[in-house]
Amino acid sequence: MREKLESIKAEALSKIENAGNLDNLNDIKVAVLGKKGELTAVLKSMKDVAPEDRPKVGQMVNEARAAIEARLEEERTKLQRQLRTEKMKRETIDVTLPGRRPMRGHRHPNQTALEDLERVFIGMGYEVVDGPEVEYDRYNFELLNIPADHPAKDEQDTFYITKDILLRTQTSPVQARVMEKGKLPIRMISPGRVFRADEVDATHSPSFHQLEGLVIDKGITFADLKGTLEQFAQEFFGKKTKVKFRPHHFPFTEPSAEVDITCFKCGGKGCRMCKGSGWIEILGCGMVHPNVLDMCGIDKNEYQGFAFGIGLERVTLLKYEIDDMRLLYENDTRFLNQF
Amino acid sequence: MNTPISWIKAYVPDLDVEVQEFVDKMTLSGSHVEGFEQKDKNLKNIVVGKIESIEKHPDADKLVVCQVDVGKEKLQIVTGAKNVKVGDMIPLVLDGGKVAAAHGDDKEYPDGIDIKKGKLRGVESNGMMCGIEELGSSRDFYPEAPEDGVYVFPEDSGVKPGDDAVHALGLDDTIVEYEITSNRVDCFSMIGMAREVAATFNEEFHAPEIKKTGNDKDVNDFINVTVEDTELCKRYCARVVENIKIGPSPKWMQDRLRAMGIRSINNLVDITNYVMEEYGQPMHAFDLSTIAGNEIIVKRAKDGDKFVTLDGQERNLDSDVLMINDGEKPVAIAGIMGGENSMITDQVKTVLFESACFDGTNIRLSSKRIGLQTDSSFKFTKGLDPNNAIDAINRACQLVEEMGCGDVVGGVVDVYPNPVKEKVLPFEPERYNGLLGTDIAKEDMLKIFKKLELQYNEADNTLTVPTFRQDLGCMADLAEEVARFYGYDNIPVSLPKGEATVGKKPFNQMVDDVAREICERNGFSGGMTYSFESPKVFDKLLLPEDAKERQAIVISNPLGEDFSIMRTVSLNGMLTSLATNYNRRNKVARLYELGNIYLPKALPLTELPEEKMRLTLGMYGEGDFFDLKGVVFELFEKLGVAGAECEPCNDIPYLHPGRQAKIMKGKLDLGFLGQIHPEVGDNYNLKTDAYVAVLNMEVLTMIASFDRKYEGIAKFPASTRDLSMIMDKEMFVGQIEHVITKNAGKILESCELFDVYEGEQVGEGKKSVAFSLIFRAKDRNLESAEVDKAVDKVLAALKDLGIELRS
Repeated sequence: MREKLESIKAEALSKIENAGNLDNLNDIKVAVLGKKGELTAVLKSMKDVAPEDRPKVGQMVNEARAAIEARLEEERTKLQRQLRTEKMKRETIDVTLPGRRPMRGHRHPNQTALEDLERVFIGMGYEVVDGPEVEYDRYNFELLNIPADHPAKDEQDTFYITKDILLRTQTSPVQARVMEKGKLPIRMISPGRVFRADEVDATHSPSFHQLEGLVIDKGITFADLKGTLEQFAQEFFGKKTKVKFRPHHFPFTEPSAEVDITCFKCGGKGCRMCKGSGWIEILGCGMVHPNVLDMCGIDKNEYQGFAFGIGLERVTLLKYEIDDMRLLYENDTRFLNQF
Repeated sequence: MNTPISWIKAYVPDLDVEVQEFVDKMTLSGSHVEGFEQKDKNLKNIVVGKIESIEKHPDADKLVVCQVDVGKEKLQIVTGAKNVKVGDMIPLVLDGGKVAAAHGDDKEYPDGIDIKKGKLRGVESNGMMCGIEELGSSRDFYPEAPEDGVYVFPEDSGVKPGDDAVHALGLDDTIVEYEITSNRVDCFSMIGMAREVAATFNEEFHAPEIKKTGNDKDVNDFINVTVEDTELCKRYCARVVENIKIGPSPKWMQDRLRAMGIRSINNLVDITNYVMEEYGQPMHAFDLSTIAGNEIIVKRAKDGDKFVTLDGQERNLDSDVLMINDGEKPVAIAGIMGGENSMITDQVKTVLFESACFDGTNIRLSSKRIGLQTDSSFKFTKGLDPNNAIDAINRACQLVEEMGCGDVVGGVVDVYPNPVKEKVLPFEPERYNGLLGTDIAKEDMLKIFKKLELQYNEADNTLTVPTFRQDLGCMADLAEEVARFYGYDNIPVSLPKGEATVGKKPFNQMVDDVAREICERNGFSGGMTYSFESPKVFDKLLLPEDAKERQAIVISNPLGEDFSIMRTVSLNGMLTSLATNYNRRNKVARLYELGNIYLPKALPLTELPEEKMRLTLGMYGEGDFFDLKGVVFELFEKLGVAGAECEPCNDIPYLHPGRQAKIMKGKLDLGFLGQIHPEVGDNYNLKTDAYVAVLNMEVLTMIASFDRKYEGIAKFPASTRDLSMIMDKEMFVGQIEHVITKNAGKILESCELFDVYEGEQVGEGKKSVAFSLIFRAKDRNLESAEVDKAVDKVLAALKDLGIELRS
């Protein structure tokens, strides 16, 4: 019996060794360990073994079975791995072929520039406020210290609808609207479309965008205005940006200033973008004129404030080095896809 | 405003700074320098030479060899110029020098042209005689220069060999161009700018000294002035000059006018131009012999009047135009232009000078209506100081006497019923500091005010503001004066203190942001189009004559018809943009725009219109109606808007009648969706299938919600039933879906369409539609009978519609 078992085991192990593939291995398993297998046959013939020898024979059979099963498993793992390796070899791809990219839309550069601006000011505690694009003369001019027949009205080349209703020439009327509501203190920005009767060319458009800012509180000073805009410029254009305030005139602020920043292309050395000056004009600002506070119902002796206005397209054109403003309104996907 | 530094130095003699420093500091004190031109930038080593001899060149017919005296030595110069003769004084550039341009070409030489000695056809030449063009100027400003050849100094110019020729020609100057803000009327004059320069560089300012002029005669015997409209004419000054001797003006005056870009005409014209530049006060000169009745009457024209100005043009007038009349007729449009009938000719014997102050707004509006803008009207529109008028006319008369241009008659006619007085403002140093955030000493402030000619009155602690500074009227104005001479740069930097505020965006903008995100994620790029468009848009969009969209706001002064109405539909911009892409051969385009439409409540407008935000999506090239619908519903899901549906319709004229839908949530109109009507496509030259969706953002904002609650993940198994049915082709699948969701009860988790089929197998006019219904309960295993019951209910309801299950 022992010899027989040894022989079955040796033969089985040898067959397993030479199986070569999983199907053969399975056949061997069936032939040896299956219901009609050789080892099973040995077990079935246990009835012919003397009862006292049965435990011993049983143990021998189990040992043989375990050895064969272990070997079978080992070989199966090996063969499976081989198979997988071969499969993966066949599956090799050319990874240098181009990737399939989802069809993705692109944000308009003007919108991105606006969001970048908004992010900085929201972080500084400013609330974003909307205002109407078709506006009363009263908000666009009168409350901003630009009375009827003021030459500034000519300068701004206003589109009129009626004598009293116009397309706003600036986002500043939102200042007046917010102040008039009387909820103090105020820290707000108001981006939006504005309109001026400029013919379309590379640097002009009858419709463009501004971002207005307004702060009103007790004790707000020109120094605060300087600090705020300097912080903004460094957040938006980079830490090394320097800011220069030049005296200017706007009817609704006094004192007023235009603000230049060091050219972000050349860092102030002078290049084509800054026309060699090292500086780029970026916005207008000033302390809210006492007449404006007065007209909007704010006590000018108690409250002071500052306001600023940024031309959005100007920032966009500079930031992305776009040389023609008309591109912003054409919506050619070959343009938009670059952002 | 352009000013030559040389002219400024006439009033600020001690000014001594480099050009770059000059322009930088002027800009920082508020006179924004837009540019400057150094006339002598490319002129170097150019002296006056006297030609002592001229000999033929041995080897060249067209050249001559000259011996030239340049003061300390004599130089041999070879030239091709034909106009020189022995004894001429000429500008000569020496070896190592530089000129601005080449003779006979129009090229620009940004760095000039270096001149070196050399041999011309074998004969040594130690420099080059210069024509006026080589010196960077032209015959326009040096009419005495020859058309072709070397400049020869006029005999009376007083130059001698070795003199600096650039200086002698007045080319050693820099012209600075300022952007003057509208509040600084006084800076539109040389004196005003000189005052700013003096204050900026802390130098003394010397105003021109105006001497008493005039003979023993009385101007009142020559002219009588009546001002009928004292609102429009605040002041009228008149003086008379007899025995006019027309001739050239002196070199210094020609030089200054030339530097301003003004050609010298004759002494009389030059004086009025000179005074206008110097004082910023326009003047007019009449030939007194043409003034009927020796009378000037200032009054309005009448509607329909016509008048020929001195440029020979007939102008149409109206009753808002102020006119200067004599005893019989109009002789000038006040402040804008004189008449042909009273203009100065070379034969003039007696001149009437006018120096007046007309209302700026009236001149501005009149000049616009008449369509005539002049240097004079430009100055008046700024709103001049009436107190300047008298100085200007006296200055002109002084120049007349000094230049021997005629005999000034004694006295001035001065009609000035309501003299402008100097303003007196309190001196409030603490408030200035409080506004600026500075700590500037009171004394330093007073020094600044003194430089600006604001007089401090210690007794009542006030400042008297000169009338030429009409812009100074309140505390903030004075604070600005302090700030700009203290230096904006020197003001400290701080951040607003006080109550903290929360930075935030309004909800509607957050909804807009989500819309942008969804659009871009699905391949749509952000576009931007104009708010105004042409009224032809309505026809292009096939809108019927009575369509409410045609009720659009009209701009009264548009740039042209194409920009004349405010859009009431958002599609024109989108279709134009799609067409642009299509015609530029971009195979695929997907665009979106968030922008307002403008809906008037009544026309003509009496109150502000409703501005409604529209999200417009447009696409062609890839995808169809259902791709676009998918994007729209993706957005709804992201906005937490459930239960929106496409309702079939055919009344949107610009969309394909069989491929359009209104998007509704109950009774809420969320927008519409569809394929562009091919005829509309043709109108836009967009000859491909294009799809658009327009969503009403104000409605979506109203119902949008970003609140989400976790509902758990299903624990119990689902039970799926597929229903396949045959129905009429015209029947909408949406209707079936409705019946299913309405009747299947709460246990219906979802109902998904998985097949629509039309064809022979289902018969003519029919279609087969298959849904997969998934049932699930949250809290238990569903019994089969329960699901069957739900399905039976659905089938019964379908049967009511005449729909049978496909066998």
